[in-house]
Amino acid sequence: MGEHIVSRKIYFAIFTALVVLTVVTWSVAKIDLGRMNAVVALTIAVIKGTLVVLYFMHVRYSSRLTWVFVGAGFFWLAIMVALTLGDYMTRGWLTIAQ
Amino acid sequence: MERSLADTHVATSVGLAHHFDDVEQQREAGTLGMWAFLVTEVMFFGGLFLAYILYRSKYPVEFAVASNSLNVTMGFINTLVLICSSLTMALGVYFSQVGNRSLLILFLILTMILGLTFLVIKGVEYHEKYVEHHVPVRFQTYQFKWEPRASEARGAREESSRAVDTGHVEMFFWLYFAMTGVHALHMIIGLGILTTLVLMARRGRFTPEYHSPVELSGLYWHFVDIVWIFLFPLLYLIGAHLH
Repeated sequence: MGEHIVSRKIYFAIFTALVVLTVVTWSVAKIDLGRMNAVVALTIAVIKGTLVVLYFMHVRYSSRLTWVFVGAGFFWLAIMVALTLGDYMTRGWLTIAQ
Repeated sequence: MERSLADTHVATSVGLAHHFDDVEQQREAGTLGMWAFLVTEVMFFGGLFLAYILYRSKYPVEFAVASNSLNVTMGFINTLVLICSSLTMALGVYFSQVGNRSLLILFLILTMILGLTFLVIKGVEYHEKYVEHHVPVRFQTYQFKWEPRASEARGAREESSRAVDTGHVEMFFWLYFAMTGVHALHMIIGLGILTTLVLMARRGRFTPEYHSPVELSGLYWHFVDIVWIFLFPLLYLIGAHLH
């Protein structure tokens, strides 16, 4: 098995998608969607990041072991954010006796 | 007649280190090593993003009005500049894979020019913030100041009846400078790496069989791009709908 060479056509397609998504996130930000503004902005950012990781960084064509490394990194980040927020957001739920 | 082990390897495959079985195994090891490093980078920036998320959820009004004082147009242009630089870097990797030395050098230099453009625009933005006294420091000669514009004060009233706390606005700027500053530092390191790659490419060090330095530096450059993909909406766009 030799090295997978990603074609230039795919690079240009991903580039176009990234530019379009950047314009979309910029335009949507000006519309008042309340709490959904943050959700939309982050969803677009996650899509853009995933495109870069899969195609520009060749993970889509890499070995399963590479997938495990990449997945573990972002999984641990998710643990850090979820558990910390779980703590901060529930602090007011219990009244501690003075 | 005696031949050393190293000679045998040089004869079979150029650029294969003696402790690897074949080129494929060497490439796989390099990719995994680079990703192990990038995972530590995910954790490093992750800590800053976590601090941002916590303070933003605690002080949404202050973060929105402070975010509105940033230059969104420049942030938007810089996002496009970085995406272009990721494309030129990806094409550089492509030309190292097919063994086209002159186009490899051309695209590495284009990537450097775009990286420098990003840093210059960032510098102009930093200067704007410095002039507005938005740098969160308290020296005798320079102090952080916050005077909300009329539109921002209106936006703040709509979101909450609570008055804007200057200290919390300062916290936004602290995070802004810490996150974009560390990101810019990564860009500067990236420019150093690209300079090294150009010099190596000029000496003909890369072949279709051996171009790991180009490939792995590409991973680094794209990672720095991803960090900015998250920084742009989080720092520049959170208060845009209040304008």
